[in-house]
Amino acid sequence: MASAQTYAGAAAVTRSEVEDFLYEEAALLDAWNLDGWLEILSDDARYLVPPNEAPDADPDDTLFIIADDIHRIRSRVKRLKSPDAHAEYPPSRTRRLITNVRILDSSDSHLTATSNFSVHRFRRGGRGGVYVGRYIHRLVRDSGVLKIAERRVILDAEELGALGAVSFIL
Amino acid sequence: MNKQPYIIDNPAENDFRLNRQALVDPDVLTLEKSCIFDTCWVYAGHDSEVTKPGDFVTRTVAGRPVIMARDSNSEMRLFLNTCRHRGAKVCRERSGNTKRFYCFYHGWSYDNDGALAAVPGDDAYPDSFDRSELGLTEAPRFEQYQGFWFACFDPSVPDLETYLAGAKEYIDLVVDQSPSGTMEIITGVQEYDVEANWKLLVENSFDDYHLHSTHSTWLEYMKDAGVNIRVPNGKGLVLPKRGIGRNLGNGHAVIDNLNFRGRPVATWISIYGEDAKPIVESAKAELVERLGEERAERVANTNRNLFVFPNLMINDGSSVTVRTFWPAAADRMEVTAWAVGPVEESPEMRKVRLDAFLTFYGPGGFATPDDVEALMQVQQGIAETVSEVPWSVMTRGIAKEGEQLNSDELHLRTFWRRWNELMTGAENSAQASE
Repeated sequence: MASAQTYAGAAAVTRSEVEDFLYEEAALLDAWNLDGWLEILSDDARYLVPPNEAPDADPDDTLFIIADDIHRIRSRVKRLKSPDAHAEYPPSRTRRLITNVRILDSSDSHLTATSNFSVHRFRRGGRGGVYVGRYIHRLVRDSGVLKIAERRVILDAEELGALGAVSFIL
Repeated sequence: MNKQPYIIDNPAENDFRLNRQALVDPDVLTLEKSCIFDTCWVYAGHDSEVTKPGDFVTRTVAGRPVIMARDSNSEMRLFLNTCRHRGAKVCRERSGNTKRFYCFYHGWSYDNDGALAAVPGDDAYPDSFDRSELGLTEAPRFEQYQGFWFACFDPSVPDLETYLAGAKEYIDLVVDQSPSGTMEIITGVQEYDVEANWKLLVENSFDDYHLHSTHSTWLEYMKDAGVNIRVPNGKGLVLPKRGIGRNLGNGHAVIDNLNFRGRPVATWISIYGEDAKPIVESAKAELVERLGEERAERVANTNRNLFVFPNLMINDGSSVTVRTFWPAAADRMEVTAWAVGPVEESPEMRKVRLDAFLTFYGPGGFATPDDVEALMQVQQGIAETVSEVPWSVMTRGIAKEGEQLNSDELHLRTFWRRWNELMTGAENSAQASE
């Protein structure tokens, strides 16, 4: 699908660079290096997990599972680093597989990339689950470095069901 | 293993204990289905979910697959979602609008008022085949209060309003947030399972004793945003503001609290941001004008977790959530939760409401996942230890005269006493004495 025109404005960013970036983010999150993860977010970043029934909805008029601005993202990270975040203590072991990376649009200042994910979560006693869906990342250039302005995490399941909660950074 | 007594209820001796078998034994669940869910009014849905003629939603109510529909004459209906021919579900969509429900198996179809409309090849049936007796089966009782619809599968029970008893006063307080007295379900249902017995979520949903230990990270978040979370001196106080627990009759109960945590309608806190301040203040002004100073203060600056027996919680706290749950097994429940707000709410106010919701509630909130973890830990803790450790303790506040705090356990005992009455058929004599 990618026409020459699609890539025209993004000469500086290739798909393989975006892939590297997404793999790096996945590695930070799987390692629970949450402070490192904050560093690849822009100062006005948003983290969105829309409801299963309305993946394209707007958090201003629809109840999301998660709709964090940068302040709540930082608060979420602070919470998750505490042993009193009981749902994530001890922290879940996670492993993210990311594939089917595509650049949807791009300009000199930003680009939108979508990818498929499978996030395997493990807790003691055989608990956990597999979260399957797709990411939509809006990335910006900040002093020559790519940063996340928005990450929308869309779950494919009809309902959250046995997955129970989204208590870690999905 | 003895399953009974389920509870030891002896306030004269300051004793109240719960037999943990009630949370573990699959036979107890079987009995609950007939003694409780087949005899009580059970929440089915909200007016606002089906506003136009032909609108429908499908879900599970008291374990049964149902269609809640508004027929072409705008009558509300609750159909059992099963074809009268062989039994297949006649509607598989989550929601929609239709004139007819159609069973794809053999092609029978039904009008949206339930009447059997078409039967392919009906000339092969005998003369005794009577279409008028083969419409979709409706719940024997289906009534609403303030837009909240409940079903009962026992046709002989008193009406819904009689059943709701003292719970009505608290539903009214929630609905008073709306200038027209009309609340609506907001898009974005949250459906998640909890690996725990359903009655643990009843307890947890209005147990303020656990706030400090389970939700310290949420309190820290509030504190970081400038909210005063200091606990005042006072006997038994564990929360920043006082609150009480109340028995509302028929097993319903509430915790009724002075607010410290902010409310979209209408007590501003810094988490909402400066932009939201005039919006929240104008909501408060509207309340004062419409309801008077005293009632406005009650709506805006108190919060409440209302339990309607057996499985509905309306938590009117950081935002309003309606939550119901169904036991898929003795150790697993399916939770369905919605946000509700005034139907005429401005987009700016709606944004504040949803944002406030997510700080605390839901599977991605800063509090609910820790509740879920706590309930799972209880279930894991008790499942195989019930022989050695048969009883749970539930006596907070039992020795007190008069008022019970939100962190006491009168409201939990209220639930369990009603549950025990229905399960054993025994009138509870201890109830009156507390």
